[in-house]
Amino acid sequence: MMNAEEIYNLLKEKFGEAVIGLEKENPTEPIITASPLQIHKISEFLRDNDQLKFDSLMCLSGVDDANGEKIKEEDGSEIIKGGTLSVYYHLHSVSLKHKITLKVSAPREEPKVESVENVWKCADWHEREAFDLVGIVFLNHPDLRRILMPYDWDEFSEEISRHPLRKDYKNPEFYQGMKIPY
Amino acid sequence: MYQFIYDLTGNMIISTLVVAVFPLVNVLLVALIGVYLERKVSAWMQDRVGPNRTGPYGLFQTVADFVKMMQKEDAVSNEVDKKLYNIAPVLVFAGSFAAYAAIPFSSKLIGSEAEVGIFYVIAISSLVVAGILMAGWSSNNKYSLLGAMRSAAQIVSYEIPTALVVLSMVMLTGTLSLSKMSEMQTAYFWNWNIFGGAAFALNKFLLIPFMLVGFIIVFISTLAEVNRTPFDIPEAESELVAGYFTEYCGMKWAMFMLSEYGNMFAVSAIVSILFFGGYQSPIGYLGNTIGATWLIPYEQAFWFVAKGWFFILVQMWLRWTLPRLRVDQLMAVCWKYLIPYAFLNLIIIGIISLL
Amino acid sequence: MSLKTETMVLNMGPQHPSTHGVLRLELEIEGELVLSVKPHLGYLHRCFEKHSEAMQYNQVVPYTDRLDYLASIGNNLGYAIAAEKLLGIQVPERVEYIRVIMAELQRIASHMVALGSNGADIGALTPFLYLFRDREHILSIIEETCGARMLYNYIWIGGLSHDIHPDFVRKTKEFVNYFKPTIVELDNLLSYNKIFIERTANIGVLPVDTAINFGASGPTLRGSGIKFDLRRDDPYSIYDRFDFDIPVGKGLQGTVGDCWDRYYVRVREMEQSLRIIEQAIDHIPEGDVKAAIPKRIKPPKGTAYARVENPRGDLGYFIISDGNTNPFRVKVRAPSFVNLEILGELCKGHLVADIIAILGSIDIVLGEVDR
Repeated sequence: MMNAEEIYNLLKEKFGEAVIGLEKENPTEPIITASPLQIHKISEFLRDNDQLKFDSLMCLSGVDDANGEKIKEEDGSEIIKGGTLSVYYHLHSVSLKHKITLKVSAPREEPKVESVENVWKCADWHEREAFDLVGIVFLNHPDLRRILMPYDWDEFSEEISRHPLRKDYKNPEFYQGMKIPY
Repeated sequence: MYQFIYDLTGNMIISTLVVAVFPLVNVLLVALIGVYLERKVSAWMQDRVGPNRTGPYGLFQTVADFVKMMQKEDAVSNEVDKKLYNIAPVLVFAGSFAAYAAIPFSSKLIGSEAEVGIFYVIAISSLVVAGILMAGWSSNNKYSLLGAMRSAAQIVSYEIPTALVVLSMVMLTGTLSLSKMSEMQTAYFWNWNIFGGAAFALNKFLLIPFMLVGFIIVFISTLAEVNRTPFDIPEAESELVAGYFTEYCGMKWAMFMLSEYGNMFAVSAIVSILFFGGYQSPIGYLGNTIGATWLIPYEQAFWFVAKGWFFILVQMWLRWTLPRLRVDQLMAVCWKYLIPYAFLNLIIIGIISLL
Repeated sequence: MSLKTETMVLNMGPQHPSTHGVLRLELEIEGELVLSVKPHLGYLHRCFEKHSEAMQYNQVVPYTDRLDYLASIGNNLGYAIAAEKLLGIQVPERVEYIRVIMAELQRIASHMVALGSNGADIGALTPFLYLFRDREHILSIIEETCGARMLYNYIWIGGLSHDIHPDFVRKTKEFVNYFKPTIVELDNLLSYNKIFIERTANIGVLPVDTAINFGASGPTLRGSGIKFDLRRDDPYSIYDRFDFDIPVGKGLQGTVGDCWDRYYVRVREMEQSLRIIEQAIDHIPEGDVKAAIPKRIKPPKGTAYARVENPRGDLGYFIISDGNTNPFRVKVRAPSFVNLEILGELCKGHLVADIIAILGSIDIVLGEVDR
């Protein structure tokens, strides 16, 4: 059993710059923030270290932080420029029974995060979902396709309406010739 | 039966027609009552009510279904092989219908008293395989194809244990004729083949256990031949949607169903002829007791139909109790267990009958 | 001489009798042998997560019903716990007891469908209808309490929508007494049926490390022989007060982690749920069930992750609040979604008929997979 602070110190010692900080002001759970392009080796360490043994990824959520600059379009809608998209990793150790939350943030214009698919197999579909709905690109993912939305969603829609869970998402007008808001 | 009707009417055309139409009416009746019973029996077994809206106790449910089926549009996909697609249900139905020609309903009520009755029945019911393969292939549907392949493999395999048991019975009775076989098991139920046949000797008691084995083998394999659970893998609805008749609708589909129920009764009849005295009454005839011999054929017909329905009910009972086997297990049951046991049984019965 | 053979691609679903909804499986088969399975999802995608961003916190509850529609109470519970964590409210004792009893009743009802449809997929239709007959008792108990039979909207943030019915305690006890012998009947009819064992034992074996690595949870994980149950290992609500066992797969009929083990874990879990209900039903304290429901839900900025043991596994809700009345982001970690991922691994080298057995033993609900 280790608490978040101990885990953070251990990671900081091992990875230095790749581990950015510990958000403690959160009311329920402390979050360790890390660098999106180093997350794979951090994950491997978290899984394989004898003190940590995080053998199970509970949840992987892609989030649009909507912390960029909001630009009003002519038709009254808003688009967001800049800011970040984040991925939250909720980890759990079946054998040691402790939990930790990791967070990585990637710039909105180029949201690239390393895939942890070969660390925890269940990340596969979670990452596909985050790619599908939020538009985060997972590097080294073997099969990064849409999962919930139609495979051909891109062809029929503007860039703004590709990833529905982004905060500035706009419904496309047509999908395969069908008007969308009926 | 031809002679019987001819004596009654004195007209060749009418008697030929009656003889031909009688099995058809029987198949239709079996399907009509069978479908209704299947619903009611399954409902009773599963703690449900079953059909009860159409007529008293839902009796007209199947009639309503048939009316609906007739009215249905005959939707045919563009991609099917039309000729084979249309022939297949007819062929399947013809196969199961033709088997009735040689089945003796009573000593008078028999389409054809062919000397090779049992041989004919086994041969003609193989026609069904051709129909099923045609249906599966011509439908141009992968599920139909899988179902048809399974079905062909299954029916062809399970004919072997059936034939082996039939062979042992033929050896014992010395005849291929179904009506003669039934005649030999006359009078009371202890003369039935399952109780060692009519001859009273040491053989009779030696035969009983092997007759029982033979009966079980033939019952299981006929169950498989008519595609009933636990052997309904060709039409396993949870795997193959509806198997080889996935693409059929309306009357063509109804013909498959008709032939299924027709087959059910046919194999029940064969089992009862081979082991349970055919049309013979288990407790003697009322006609003999009161001296009205004209009554006997009707009594026999009653007993025959009753036995047939009894086995149909057993089939339904099994269907609603057991899960279904997998295709490889089904083959294993046939080739690894039924056929060796049937062979052994054949040899032992042969030895005993030589004693 | 060797013949040139080709593999065939078979589309199973989205309209197929036993894919448990609109799941589409792309099977590559050689004869009856399955070479690979590729699931395609999304036919039932209803944008739950996007929807909840436009709703107030309490308005999301009815939407959670529609995730795992066979275990709605569990979904409500998970969401309520996550939101309460965010708000920092403590719910009254009475509410906790009723929640536990309801969740366990729901677990039994859900397992009934799972077991029944697993049997029905393999061809035994009768146990399925027997279980539906018994499920009716649970549904009517819940219906009397909250008025709905499927989508209950019963557990609210900080409380419950209705107090229990005056007859609730008596009827629940009646049900517990009624259902115990019925489990024996199910065992006799299906669990120890020779054909059923032949069809499920040694099929779709899931080793422990694969199960953990794939994030499997619920009976799918416990079927592989690992004693992990959130009610015991990460207790929420008041589960730590009750005494119950965690049934695990032991490979009684075949290998540990086969379909039969997963099936059997569910049967035994129903017994344990009955035990929990028996312990809880007599100790429901008096009180109000709506006392803690906040008038206006406006949690502070922050995140909360709560997970509960749903019948299908570990159901997690990740809620991010930006201090407004609407959640900023709600992410559902749906157990079926994660468990379904293993399907491809389990099905390799089995026959077409086994796919059905394996899918039935994983027990997915498409409402939850696609959200």
